[in-house]
Amino acid sequence: MDTLDLLAGGFADAFTPQLLLYAAIGVLLGTFVGVLPGIGPAMAVALLLPITYGLDVTESMVIFAGIYYGGMYGGSTTSILLNTPGESASVMTAIEGNQMAKRGRAAQALATAAIGSFIAGTIGTLLVAFFTPALADQAVKVGAPSFFAIMLLSLVLVTSVLGESKIRGFAGLFIGLTIGLIGMDDSTAQARLTFGTLELADGIGIVIVAVGVFAMGEALWTAAHLRRRPVDVIPTGRPFLGREDWRRSAGPWLRGTALGFPFGAVPAGGAETPTFLSYITERKLAARKGGNADEFGDGAIEGVAGPEAANNASAAGMFVPLLALGLPVTATASILLAALTSYGIVPGPTLMDDQPDLVWTLLASLLIGNTLLLVINLPMAPLWARLLRIPRPQLYAGILFFASLGAYSVANDPFDLALLLVFGGIGFAIRRFGIPVLPLILGVILGPLMEVKLREALDLSSGELSGLFSEGLAIVIYVLIVIALVGPIVLGRFRTPQDAKEEVSA
Amino acid sequence: MTVLVGYIPDQYGEAALAAGIEEAKRRGTGLLVLNASRGDALVDKRFLGDAQRGDLEQRLADSGVAHEVRQSVGVDPADDLVEAARGADDPVIVIGMRHRSPVGKLVMGSTAQRILLDAPCWVIAVKP
Repeated sequence: MDTLDLLAGGFADAFTPQLLLYAAIGVLLGTFVGVLPGIGPAMAVALLLPITYGLDVTESMVIFAGIYYGGMYGGSTTSILLNTPGESASVMTAIEGNQMAKRGRAAQALATAAIGSFIAGTIGTLLVAFFTPALADQAVKVGAPSFFAIMLLSLVLVTSVLGESKIRGFAGLFIGLTIGLIGMDDSTAQARLTFGTLELADGIGIVIVAVGVFAMGEALWTAAHLRRRPVDVIPTGRPFLGREDWRRSAGPWLRGTALGFPFGAVPAGGAETPTFLSYITERKLAARKGGNADEFGDGAIEGVAGPEAANNASAAGMFVPLLALGLPVTATASILLAALTSYGIVPGPTLMDDQPDLVWTLLASLLIGNTLLLVINLPMAPLWARLLRIPRPQLYAGILFFASLGAYSVANDPFDLALLLVFGGIGFAIRRFGIPVLPLILGVILGPLMEVKLREALDLSSGELSGLFSEGLAIVIYVLIVIALVGPIVLGRFRTPQDAKEEVSA
Repeated sequence: MTVLVGYIPDQYGEAALAAGIEEAKRRGTGLLVLNASRGDALVDKRFLGDAQRGDLEQRLADSGVAHEVRQSVGVDPADDLVEAARGADDPVIVIGMRHRSPVGKLVMGSTAQRILLDAPCWVIAVKP
């Protein structure tokens, strides 16, 4: 019951007019960027990083968290009305959602997505509140060798398990790790990869990397594909659900939440896997029941409700490793981590004890923001669809303006603008060559943290490599890493062609 | 094909289309319906979707005039019409006119004005 008291305290702090306003701004901005394809919460948070200079840590965290939840929700609107997923986690929603819309059930699809997001987000955030303190208590006891191993596991999982191409994933990871290396080495004061430039000696600010890769890169990419045939948008009214829809959605909402939360919480990051699993589950369940099986592929409401709930539950799950371990598992989480660091707060197992007010107010604000999302989005869905008519030149000009402003404001140094262009070029190149962004940005952020832990572990064992294996947990995690790397290869070898065929049809 | 209609799916486009069909009948020539989008936004409600295009073709077929519908992306609608008129033999352009305030014209520009000034042929401007 301790947790509930703390959460109630958080609510008391969060119910100030100012924080409520920030939460509302956050979810509105989040929905805005979520609706527009190509612009996601990670880019929005990166562009807004400079506001951390003016706001205190709780206020900016409330805005950022609102953007994150809002972005997750906004993606579903585009998926349903345009069949163009606003972000990768909405791909599954698009399959059934767009079919529903084509059959004149857009309002119901939007409603089940909004209410499912609300339910999953609320349950997910409550689970975060209950799990995080317990995990943090355990995590304090974890030593440097195990911490290093956990970060390594997270990088390996994100790189090799997600995405179609391991080579591309690792290419992204190593680009990121290299960027993270730039600057002065903390323990030997050696300059690394600075090419004799004084400006690079302090390392590269995460704001510049994030804004360059997300905003600048996307803007250049869009400029290269500026004119495209407009897509058909399906007109919709105010979302609502009939009694039958409520009955059919309830199960998928809860099952989606149950699938999404654990996937969000483990460092295998991302909502793609749980949304996919949720979709498959709902389809199999429908087939077993018989009745609605035929509807799958033609707009079954279960196929929208389940994945959309899984999507938001995993978005909430992401906060568990972030708050308990200081470990980001998504691109947005890694930028949130950078924002926390810029306040001089050390994210990690001690965060719960050092900054209890921040954590509990943040969690309470998430719950409030989630409710605001439902209230705002149900009546405003047709309005959000109108955003899609914004011409790209104007939209991206605005983004570039904020990107340059943000990069310049870090140190008032024109050199940073040149760096921004370089990272914009890298961002364009990784899009061109299909290299995933997530391993890159995790490499930039986790790389230096890993190095610190690696040094600590090696110092303890006075340089002996065996020091890395001195803890039981570390060994278990290394075994997991080997399984994650070798498992798919071995399985692929033993799998008969028949199994492979089954997977395709599923 | 000498009557060119600049068509968008709203009342102005409809007015132009109706006048264009009448003009084609009067002249005893064919009708070329142009629908263009700059293609720089994800959604452009002035660009015909597949369903709308099907409707339009049906209505043109019902009118009994020889017709063609041409959609282009990535061009300015005014340039599209003027270019088509330059390429055509003895053309006439039919467009719908809307009211724009001076400020609106400054911000949005005026497709109608550019067609009126640049066209190499007669332009029939109709009001809904």
